[in-house]
Amino acid sequence: MASTELTRMTAAELAAAIASGETSAVDVTQAHLNRIEAVDSSVHAFLHVAPDAALAAAGAVDARRAAGEPLGPLAGVPLVLKDLFTTTDMPTTCGSRILEGWRPPYDATITTRLRRAGIVILGKANMDEFAMGSSTENSAFGPSHNPWDLSRVPGGSSGGSSAAVTAFEAPLGLGTDTGGSIRQPAAVCGIVGTKPTYGGSSRYGVVAFASSLDTPGPLARNVLDTALLHEVISGHDPCDSTSIDAPVPPVVAAARQADVSGLRVGVVTELGGEGYQPGVLGRFTEAVELLQSLGAKVTEVSCPHFSYALPAYYLIAPSECSSNLARFDGMRYGLRVGDDGTRSAEEVMSLTRDAGFGAEVKRRIMLGTYALSSGYYDAYYGKAQQVRTLIARDFDAAFEQVDVLVSPTTPTTAFPIGERADDPIAMYLADLCTIPSDLAGNAAISVPCGLAPEDGLPVGLQIMAPVLADDRLYRVGAAVEAALDQRRGHPLLDDAKGMKGEGEVGGK
Amino acid sequence: MTELAPALVNYDEAISRYEPVIGLETHVELGTVTKMFCGCSTAFGAEPNSAVCPVCLGLPGSLPVANRTAIEYTIRIGLALNCSIASWCRFARKNYFYPDMPKDFQISQYDEPLCTDGWLDVTVDETVVRVGIERVHLEEDTGKSLHIGGATGRIHGADYSLVDYNRAGIPLVEVVTKPVPGTGALAPVVARAYVTELRDLLRSLGVSDVRMEEGSLRCDVNTSIARRGSGTWGTRTETKNVNSLRSVERAVRFEIERQAGVLDSGGRIVQETRHFHEETGTTTAGRSKEEAQDYRYFPEPDLVPVAPSAEWVEQIRATLPEFPAARRARLQREWGLSDLDMAALRNAGALDLVAETVAAGASPEQARNWWLGELARRANETGADLAALPVTPAQVARVSELVASGALNSKLARQVLDGVLAGEGSPDEIVAARGLAVVSDDGALLAAIDQAIAANPEIADTIRSGKTAAAGVLIGAVMKATRGQADATRARELILQRLAEPG
Repeated sequence: MASTELTRMTAAELAAAIASGETSAVDVTQAHLNRIEAVDSSVHAFLHVAPDAALAAAGAVDARRAAGEPLGPLAGVPLVLKDLFTTTDMPTTCGSRILEGWRPPYDATITTRLRRAGIVILGKANMDEFAMGSSTENSAFGPSHNPWDLSRVPGGSSGGSSAAVTAFEAPLGLGTDTGGSIRQPAAVCGIVGTKPTYGGSSRYGVVAFASSLDTPGPLARNVLDTALLHEVISGHDPCDSTSIDAPVPPVVAAARQADVSGLRVGVVTELGGEGYQPGVLGRFTEAVELLQSLGAKVTEVSCPHFSYALPAYYLIAPSECSSNLARFDGMRYGLRVGDDGTRSAEEVMSLTRDAGFGAEVKRRIMLGTYALSSGYYDAYYGKAQQVRTLIARDFDAAFEQVDVLVSPTTPTTAFPIGERADDPIAMYLADLCTIPSDLAGNAAISVPCGLAPEDGLPVGLQIMAPVLADDRLYRVGAAVEAALDQRRGHPLLDDAKGMKGEGEVGGK
Repeated sequence: MTELAPALVNYDEAISRYEPVIGLETHVELGTVTKMFCGCSTAFGAEPNSAVCPVCLGLPGSLPVANRTAIEYTIRIGLALNCSIASWCRFARKNYFYPDMPKDFQISQYDEPLCTDGWLDVTVDETVVRVGIERVHLEEDTGKSLHIGGATGRIHGADYSLVDYNRAGIPLVEVVTKPVPGTGALAPVVARAYVTELRDLLRSLGVSDVRMEEGSLRCDVNTSIARRGSGTWGTRTETKNVNSLRSVERAVRFEIERQAGVLDSGGRIVQETRHFHEETGTTTAGRSKEEAQDYRYFPEPDLVPVAPSAEWVEQIRATLPEFPAARRARLQREWGLSDLDMAALRNAGALDLVAETVAAGASPEQARNWWLGELARRANETGADLAALPVTPAQVARVSELVASGALNSKLARQVLDGVLAGEGSPDEIVAARGLAVVSDDGALLAAIDQAIAANPEIADTIRSGKTAAAGVLIGAVMKATRGQADATRARELILQRLAEPG
């Protein structure tokens, strides 16, 4: 099979072709390494590419197949890992100078599960520093570029993973979602991304931003591939106390079912209207109409406290991050600045943190330190936790009436690099629609629902389901995807303007 | 550090005018096999930084998982201290930067401790003082810093510091008392008695090896004084580095004398942490609590709440042992001892040893005599703790049994113990090896007796005339002839018998 063809196939197709011997895992891996070589200087999705480790892992899958051993449903399929999952054979930087060159002595639980499943890790993806941001512009190592338009952001913080998957550098990606960091980049890149139920996927070995929100999840170019990866990474992990000890929802079966007839779909009143790009609202409305035409019962549902989600999030997440990031003090690993024999440990800590952290990380550490301070705790952190409870109750009430909720994933399409870099509030608004599910811990997905007419860029449809009902996301997502692909006559990514010609980003 | 230090006030003088209030915060390292939040070993004395993993080193991405046994031990302690056990509580993060804290926060408990509101009764001079327990909570220990160079071994002035993270993450229970007022001149003794009673209680619960010298029991002592009759309490100081029972008493005593001096000279007491110095018995100022750090406590999001079921708590309650105070009362009754005898046993650290010796078969009286007499003397000679002598209660019981059966007399028994202490083996082995057995063969004794009578005819006549007390001289001669191995009682019987025979 031609190299180009291998990079265009879905993960499910690749796994089938490897299992049948039609191609080999090594060939599939090499094809993707070639693709990375060809386009990543433009996309800058990767912080680290590991050709030797990837080819060795692929070779092991081929050997297992040759020995007649059973292979998992994604064995031999390449993947890009957001650079905050610990890996013993690759650096883990979290997009930060403070961890530059750090090589963890242990694998994250998810890294281990990927390896066991025979999934081939190509390398580590760029990200906003410590997952704080919505554009990858906060990466200490420079931004990634949106393959639809290289002058625009690929979203964030899992923007490297979403850009790599979009640019056919990898069929699968892993990210983490704290305020929308999987769904928002998936939406603006025109791919699929899921934030599983909090506790459904292990956080052990995922460098923490905000512990009560961080949720690892899958990214892929279609709903079924996303479900297959979701299943591989999910399930109880005794090393993560917040991991849920319950069966993994049947996400793959739901993606294959792709049927919404009779399903009750609620449109969230508060997530739409003013401040949303017209093309985003237009495509969203069409998607809702499409669901109705497919047999879903659509109603409007009000979640009155969602308007307070963003401010509550910007107290809770920074508070937790101010504590989680304290350990980066230059004493044990990573960057150390000013250790010249004349300075105290405290001075070295201070100099190291000043040099090692970027502006956005410092801003959030200061916000969080303030919010947790004696005398302010009740007014800020305490109040935000109360809002969080109210938002969870809004979801509970809504899910009494409907099976899933829908909204646009993000108020606008991909914005130009640099446009919001100096305006944190504008940047924070990118996560307006995704934050409620992070605060409540329920499952949510973004699936592409077309292009905004005004800029020709992808729009995401967000589907939200109750805690541990992740399968509903895939049922709805797959139905929308199938109907839109059929109407369009081809997959959305074929329309990507930035992807023209072999060797360029699109390489079609 | 120079400190404006007014003269101390003589203790009795200070107490005559000021009323002290004390409070104690005791940290106990639990004796679990593994650490609080990971599977690393808690063994003391391992190679530095050998018992560590990503979790207790706080490496990025690592997560804690609470040790169920540590929670169970904490509940045991809470129940033994008559506390209420929370049906739901959370861990909290205490945030501050320090190189020996791997995460730069400590997982502890803040406003939701596992156990609250209990008490511990301690007896001082036949008076029972009920010490209120504010809370018992669970946390993780920090690493241990070693400051190299400089004069004091403290971080200030050191050339460099080494950190051993083996201790990081060892489960630590903090037992905090309520303020204890009204003890007057006894305050230092009450403080010491409380820590002693708590230590004995913890040991009986089997939750910690409670060794102050190894740091598995550490104590902070709070002291304040207020003018008698003022009806108020003074500002307290918190004295750290109090590493022995004796130091607890001395620290309180010194603080009372020092604070009285400050107040007498018109000064005011600053709420601060003070450092106790073992060599001088004094305290010096550490960091001031008035410019206290803000620890920014918040609930630990990486852990789920602890929610011990009522059934579990009752199961734990059912396994509680007999507590030391009840046990002491029972033993005192069983052994028929006076309060004074009992106090002497406790003060000598001999209570458990005697109890074990009795359990091994000795009579209470014999066991007490050995441990408080001969063995206490030996311990005293070497400056060792009684319990540290290389002789077991079982061995003492065996020696005692050999004496009771007449196989050894007290002189020989001491020689056997010499052998045991010298590591020569068990009492029976030493008896055999040294040939130490009472000569109870009448034939051999009679020969020696006849010799003694022949050598002392006047004494013999005196005895014959009825003054049997003179027999001691002949017994002495017999003992000398048998090199001490004669049974003195039997020798006396035979001498009297011999001299009563018609000559």
